[in-house]
Amino acid sequence: MKAIVTVVGKDQVGIIAGVCNTLADYNINVLDISQTIMQGYFTMMMVVDLTLCRTPFDELRRALGDFGEGRGLSIRIQREDIFDAMHKI
Amino acid sequence: MLSLNNIFDTIEMIDKQHLDIRTITMGISLLDVICEDEKRCCDKIYDKITRQAEHLVKTGEDIESEFGIPIVHKRISVTPMSLVAGSTAAGSYVPFATAMDKAAKACGVNFIGGFSALVQKGFTSGDRKLIASIPEALACTDYVCSSVNVGSTRAGINMDAVAEMGRVIKKTAHLTADREGLGCAKLVVFCNAVEDNPFMAGAFHGVGEADSVINVGVSGPGVVYHALQGCKGQPFDVVAETIKKTAFQITRMGQMVAAEASRRLNVPFGIVDLSLAPTPAVGDSVARILEEMGLEICGTHGTTAALALLNDAVKKGGVMASSHVGGLSGAFIPVSEDEGMIAAALDGTLTLEKLEAMTCVCSVGLDMIAVPGTTAAETISAIIADEAAIGMVNSKTTAVRIIPVEGKKVGDMIEMGGLLGSAPVMPVHEKSSADFIARGGRIPAPLQSLKN
Repeated sequence: MKAIVTVVGKDQVGIIAGVCNTLADYNINVLDISQTIMQGYFTMMMVVDLTLCRTPFDELRRALGDFGEGRGLSIRIQREDIFDAMHKI
Repeated sequence: MLSLNNIFDTIEMIDKQHLDIRTITMGISLLDVICEDEKRCCDKIYDKITRQAEHLVKTGEDIESEFGIPIVHKRISVTPMSLVAGSTAAGSYVPFATAMDKAAKACGVNFIGGFSALVQKGFTSGDRKLIASIPEALACTDYVCSSVNVGSTRAGINMDAVAEMGRVIKKTAHLTADREGLGCAKLVVFCNAVEDNPFMAGAFHGVGEADSVINVGVSGPGVVYHALQGCKGQPFDVVAETIKKTAFQITRMGQMVAAEASRRLNVPFGIVDLSLAPTPAVGDSVARILEEMGLEICGTHGTTAALALLNDAVKKGGVMASSHVGGLSGAFIPVSEDEGMIAAALDGTLTLEKLEAMTCVCSVGLDMIAVPGTTAAETISAIIADEAAIGMVNSKTTAVRIIPVEGKKVGDMIEMGGLLGSAPVMPVHEKSSADFIARGGRIPAPLQSLKN
């Protein structure tokens, strides 16, 4: 199963490293990263593969959210299907 | 390949523009639990509902979490109860409503629809008992919703039922007077009711449906409003195109969620209802979309045309996005549940007459309208008759959900809380329709040709 991780917040040292480490802890493979600074905000989207991840989705969502909260970042993880449905015919 | 913009567009729609799945409604047939003994029948109703919908709420919550899209309501609709209870010798059908209520609470849903009767052409004794039980049933339950179909394009309008429903609405308001007539917010009078509507209070599971089915209602007035802000001053062709594109995206998401819920629950997917359902939250209003098209305030001249365009474009955009479309499909205009409508009604520009005109071109009807508690039952019946006539002649669903609030007069506000919102009490004509309603009988079905 593929999912999209999005990160938005104030730019700072170690965002990508921190998010990737958290993902690695859960055995999640990163397939693609796209990142930019939008209106002064760090904005990143990652396509990840959850095939080997054994953690329930809810827990994963909370873990990423918690990681972000301490750093003023909004981090979320959503199944890729919702974006495909809305943006691809 | 998805772009960064695509991803953040979707996230912004959900975060800032109130995009959500309004409801996942599981339709459950109760035809196989019909039996002669009242108590046993009630037990079987409870058992079947709780068995079928056991995982509905949990599944909805899982989908919310994984896809990051809010699913506001998880609900249940059942076979019209008059058909189920009609086999028993029960004098009152209130125990059947209580069984539905108990089952809804056990499943964790927030409404259950189907305390209903279809009497467009005539009453069975079960229909009469059900209708007579409505006021008490709605007063003593929390989650049960009731609907009565009093007319159709093929059958005409049952004016005896129309007269009766005026009295039933008054009595329901009286029995729930301590809650500002809340019972009436759970009671809909239909013409051309549909069998697969996922929206309350009018949902029931039609007899032509499968044993169990998943219907989904999408929503997103805020998303359409936001999209239209990007085409200020442009001709209507651009407006229509923009709405269609937005409706397509919203509906695709609804279709995906419906398919996912259906797969996880192992219940067939029924339909997606292409709807724009407002909430009282700022930025989630249908009225504000109409105003964005250039109207100073909703209800002024031009509102009907604006709504016609909106309603049609939503359907055109949505139809291609879903494999099966049904339900009520269109823009809803419930006064108390729409922040812009409330403002327009308070301003006095949005009147009952204008709302009636608007119901000719949209889904569904006079919805969530508060009127003075002194309004005569016959006047309410006459309002229902007018609305049913619009539905009957135009081959569309129309409905009336009206609340005569005891002790309140024109200009007072009523608060129903939550998504039911608040509404100003609106004026009705003082002149009597009593002799008109007293006639009874049926208004014959209209001609379907020579249309002018």
